[in-house]
Amino acid sequence: MADDETPKIDAATGTQYKGHEWDGIRELDTPLPRWWLWTFYATIVFAIGYCLAYPALPMLHDYTRGMLGWSSRGALEKELAAREVQMAPLRQAIAATDIGKLAGQPRLMQAAVEGGRAAFKVHCVQCHGSGAAGSRGYPNLNDDDWLWGGDLTSIETTITDGIRNPDHAKTRQSMMPAFGRDQLLTAAQVSDVVAHIRVISGQDVANAASQRGAQIFADNCAVCHGPAGKGSRQVGAPNLTDGIWLYGGDADTIRQTVWNSRQGVMPRWNDKLDTATIRMLAAYVHSLGGGEAAPVDAQAAPAGNAAAPQP
Amino acid sequence: MLVPAGSGDLYEKRKGVYPKAVDGFYRRLKWAIMAATLVIYWGTPWIRWDRGPYAPDQAVLVDLAHRRFYMFAIEIWPHEFYYVAGLLIMAGIGLFLVTSAVGRAWCGYACPQTVWTDLFQHVERFIDGDRNAQIRLANAPWSADKLARRLVKWQVWLLISFLTGGAWIFYFADAPTLQRAFWTGTAAPVAYAATGVLTATTFVLGGFMREQVCIYMCPWPRIQTAMLDEKSLVVTYRNWRGEKRGSVKKAAAHPGEFGDCIDCDQCVAVCPTGIDIRNGPQIGCITCALCIDACDKVMEQVGRPRGLIDYCTEDDANRERQGGVPRPILQSLLRPRTIGYLCVWTGIGLAMLFALGARTRVDISAQQDRNPIFVRLSDGAIRNAYTVKLRNMEARPRPMEVRVDGLQGAVLWTDAMARDQAMPVIAAMVPADSVARLRIFVAAPAQAPGAARQDFRFTVRATDREGGHDAEPARFERPQ
Repeated sequence: MADDETPKIDAATGTQYKGHEWDGIRELDTPLPRWWLWTFYATIVFAIGYCLAYPALPMLHDYTRGMLGWSSRGALEKELAAREVQMAPLRQAIAATDIGKLAGQPRLMQAAVEGGRAAFKVHCVQCHGSGAAGSRGYPNLNDDDWLWGGDLTSIETTITDGIRNPDHAKTRQSMMPAFGRDQLLTAAQVSDVVAHIRVISGQDVANAASQRGAQIFADNCAVCHGPAGKGSRQVGAPNLTDGIWLYGGDADTIRQTVWNSRQGVMPRWNDKLDTATIRMLAAYVHSLGGGEAAPVDAQAAPAGNAAAPQP
Repeated sequence: MLVPAGSGDLYEKRKGVYPKAVDGFYRRLKWAIMAATLVIYWGTPWIRWDRGPYAPDQAVLVDLAHRRFYMFAIEIWPHEFYYVAGLLIMAGIGLFLVTSAVGRAWCGYACPQTVWTDLFQHVERFIDGDRNAQIRLANAPWSADKLARRLVKWQVWLLISFLTGGAWIFYFADAPTLQRAFWTGTAAPVAYAATGVLTATTFVLGGFMREQVCIYMCPWPRIQTAMLDEKSLVVTYRNWRGEKRGSVKKAAAHPGEFGDCIDCDQCVAVCPTGIDIRNGPQIGCITCALCIDACDKVMEQVGRPRGLIDYCTEDDANRERQGGVPRPILQSLLRPRTIGYLCVWTGIGLAMLFALGARTRVDISAQQDRNPIFVRLSDGAIRNAYTVKLRNMEARPRPMEVRVDGLQGAVLWTDAMARDQAMPVIAAMVPADSVARLRIFVAAPAQAPGAARQDFRFTVRATDREGGHDAEPARFERPQ
């Protein structure tokens, strides 16, 4: 490789080269068009203007903010605010529409479900999970089993007033006695009633213990869970004959439940969320696949508080 | 285009190119191609094509807002983009074919840069006069006359540029509607922006950048040059016949000493990229063949045979140089390489036509809910949920039926139904040219033979007279 400063001319092209040569291959010094150079200068001028107008240069503790005052955070805030303004009429319409009538307005219902999906991710996933599938002690909201009712109005009431909130008179309230701990039943009686529950839920065949338990059930449990054990939504008493168990359907878990009782709590949201958001959450939960139609019978529709057991 | 020997400049000053008007076979061919391409470009969006009440009636329409591409009887949906990919592959192989056969014909005749530069140069000649007048005017100091001519020329260029940029937007919306909206100021901002940008680029690239685009900016000359071989037709100066150059007078005085080239420089004068073809094949040559027209005319005038500059393959040039006879042109055009390209090109075209003819205009896709994967119902059955999309790609509403295939005891219902309305089949009316989105719940018994995960298929069938069906594999998940 020769490095010679005197320019040489490549015979074939008439272009000069610097004398660099690798295995007979020479690098030509083809001149750039002048306008290309000017284009390069123009980009430099643009870059200077850009640096002045927009946030650009890192400083010791801060960075240059730019004369336009633009920032990505500011842009996001502006977008969010614009979205809020855009959504305001929809939220107002949802807040003004009785939840029972929401289903009659597909556009509003759709917006409510989507809004509820977003709100659920913020307020509800901590207990019910991101897919609303719940976990032990926290109900799965996708299924068709409801403690307090699965129509839109009932769900909205549950979210609004919560379950077993001591500071709220209208909260959903019911109390299962701790039959074993409080010595209402003996250990043998509890075992018998557990055997009965295992039979009515179809997990065991009838036996001597379950037959003894049937009478104990009728005396102690049927007042809330019903004579057949189908439960009652008036008092949030679960159906003991279906395939869904909030805490577990094995004999040990049922024994613990009867012995100690369960007192699950859900916070009320009426002091934290506005009407529209609660309505959206109700619409979303209803849309997950287990939502029920509003009860046709006016008598059967509980008006919010269902604390008082029916005769 | 090359720096003078020994100047040592890193940057090259722009050399003025003032191509002279010329007439001849290739000039007329260029006129015809220019007319055809411009008519196609400006006229296409205005062709109407009746597709019934549910689809636009513009023959060629790229409907970005609704994600549809219409081309006469063909309608392409976004998921059928492979047809566009196929067209691009055909365009690529077409380029290989054309280039290996007739060299840079695309550059010389059909490239928009060539066509619009040609048009702008014609305007220039109309206003400023031919080559010599243009050079005189360029070198003249600024005067009222020069300013007036420049302003008129730029205005005409600007008008053409505006019409060019403005025509582009009509491919993306209903042309008559958009034109009305454009003039009343109610068109979408992007329409004005696109028109503005394309007007500016047409004005600058066609009026001022011209051959600089071909020589410095465009990658195609490099690609095309790599695809030429010794059997490709290129514009060739028959230097064995032309050298040594000398005027008619000199040749008469010294018979036998001079070749046919009389060194009149007409080939250089007419060249739109300002090169001298007598230096041999070079990157600046777009093979527009105007130098052939110019040289033929001169040769006729001096009574020498035409074809001193001509389309010729490198093989033939070597053959002629050694006194041989060139082969028939068809023999150069038809050779294994070009025939191979032609076969591939035709094959892809026919395959696409077949696929277009056989494609079904009903489509189903299903996506399973992943969170939760399954839900146990109160009666013990297991429910999975799916978002099912039914595509109706015809321009009329169609009734369809969705079923599951291969899932025993399964029942279906949608989020608009209750579970007690569940059935083995779901009927839906899918609106014209659109996608119906169904949320479908599938419940099946908890106990099933085999694994917890079971494969099955969603099937859709159009229940109108024309029919059509599609299937989509899916999975049903149960607790372990």
